[in-house]
Order: sequence, then structure tokens, then C-alpha cells
Amino acid sequence: MTKAGSGVRGPGSGNDMRPAGATGSARKRVAVVIFPGSNCDRDALAAVELVGGDAVPVWHQSADLGGCGAVILPGGFSYGDYLRAGAMAAHSPVMGAVRRHANAGGAVLGICNGFQMLLEIGLLPGAMLMNRTLRFICRDVHLRVERDDVPLLNHLRRGQVLTLPIAHKEGNWFAPAEVVRVVEAEGAVALRYCDERGEVGSAANPNGAINAVAGLVNRDGNVLGMMPHPERRVGALIGGLDGVELIRSLVEAA
Amino acid sequence: MQVEVRVKLKEQVLDPQGEAIRRVLAGLGYAEIGGVRVGKLMLLEVDGEAPEAVRSRVEAACREVLANPVIEEFEVRLP
Repeated sequence: MTKAGSGVRGPGSGNDMRPAGATGSARKRVAVVIFPGSNCDRDALAAVELVGGDAVPVWHQSADLGGCGAVILPGGFSYGDYLRAGAMAAHSPVMGAVRRHANAGGAVLGICNGFQMLLEIGLLPGAMLMNRTLRFICRDVHLRVERDDVPLLNHLRRGQVLTLPIAHKEGNWFAPAEVVRVVEAEGAVALRYCDERGEVGSAANPNGAINAVAGLVNRDGNVLGMMPHPERRVGALIGGLDGVELIRSLVEAA
Repeated sequence: MQVEVRVKLKEQVLDPQGEAIRRVLAGLGYAEIGGVRVGKLMLLEVDGEAPEAVRSRVEAACREVLANPVIEEFEVRLP
């Protein structure tokens, strides 16, 4: 699929989502790590399979990623969000393997609680504070795609507006001013909260995140963390297809 | 010995929870309470005699997991 032709408004049926040419070639293996308290692991596994990947569940006590070429840290409430969201999971045995995989250039996608883990282990900068409203927010938001030049966002287009659900209480991204400057200078912001026209502003920022940061990508472009849930938008029956191209990009990067 | 660890948000980090509590207090007539910051208090039972060695270990634990240095600072209090 060419970049110009790739829109998130893809085919209307989940059965049509396998990429052309996937048949016959070896399926890409993507690990989905399951922590005690993960609750989006099944969705992530299903989303990977929908775009033609081979989804491999990996228990958090595992010391390796089962030879997978990419890994998803799924959403949920690992360890009940004790201490800080993602803080306990960040010290699970599997995280050593995730770190090695990332440092070797392997693809890593952290969704929601998984993004919080990536911040806790320092693969991405900053930390999450409680939402400005102090509430758990569970609703659809608009997101502006800020990067399309890295493999993990390969099937998206810069400036494109996605609609994906968020479901979190700690998604108010914070970093010291000097870190924010570096993040912006390096183009590390992959996704920003925006309105339906793609305009960024306080009214369209659900949680108070600095500069409306909804997703970050590391310098090498192989680690992506995001608060919204692409794995929950991979079928018309569950509300839309805006998550498909993100998951597809990850699977292809495996 | 029992070691007390206090973790709080850094001064420059906005604490929406503390601010909400301050507003409730103001509504209840505690107008003189001009600021509230919410932190965590952890009580650790630590094996060890030498206070400085215990402090050093607990501080290491704070840096490694008990506090997030991006947003929080900690204080270790020995008996």
C-alpha cells in the first residue's frame, strides 16, 4: 500500500483487513506482554492477527520475547497501579528483554499503561501526572499525527486526524521545561490531542498534558508510546478502523 | 528499624489533587489554608544497625522504584 493511498478509513469489514501479499509469506511475530492487571492484552492479540501478524502472548515473568520481532505493552492496570501507574511492571523480569529489544532497534509499542511503563523505565522521556480533572476519562478523542517518517507510523500521514478512545486517569504528560524543549526540537511528539479539524488547544486537551502530547516516539523511531487505544478501533463493529494502520505499521516493523 | 519514606511531587509540578482539596477546604471555611500538596508516606521495616548504611540502601530503593525522579522528590527519616 502506498503512503498516498493509505487512509485509516479502510475497508468496512474486518475480514478485508489483511494486507495484500501477506498470504504465503511468513507471518511477522509480535509479542503481547501480559502483566497481572493487563486488560487490553486480548484486544492487542486480536488486532495483530487482524492485520496478518502472528500474535504471541508473553507472560511478564518471561526472560525473553519468544523470538518476536516486535512487542506490545498493552493497556490495563498492571499491579493495580500500585505506587505509580506502570511503576511495578517496569521492574518485571520481561522488561529487561523489552529494553534489550528496544536498544537493538526492535519495534516496541506501549499503549496506555504500556506507555506509562516506557516512561517509568526511561525508554521515553517524562512522566504521567493525574489528569487535570482528577477523573478517569473514558471517551473518544481526536489525534493529530505529527510523524510519518518512522516505521511505527509508516501507514499514517502527517497532519491526519485519527479518532481513538482513551481510558485513563494518569495521562497528563509532564516533563521539566528543558526536557520539553528537547522533545519538541527532536520531533519526538508522534500524536497530539486536537479537535476534529486537527487544531490543538486547551479545549481539545482531555487531560492537561503539556503541549497536548498523546504519544511519543524515541530518537531512533523504534519505540512508540501512546495513551489512546488503537487496538480498540480495528473493526467497524467496535466503533471504527482508525487504529488499523498503527497496528499494521507495527506488525510490518516486526 | 522502622524507616519513614516521604515522597512528594516536586515544587514545580502542579498537583491537581492538592488543589482540589484546597478548594474543598476553602468552601468549608478554612480560608487560611492557602495551599495543599498531597504526597505518600511509606513505613519500611529494615534489617540493619548502622544508620548510614540503612539510609544509603533506602535512598537507593527510592531512586530505583519508590519515587519517580522526573516528578517526585523523597525524604528518608530514620528513628
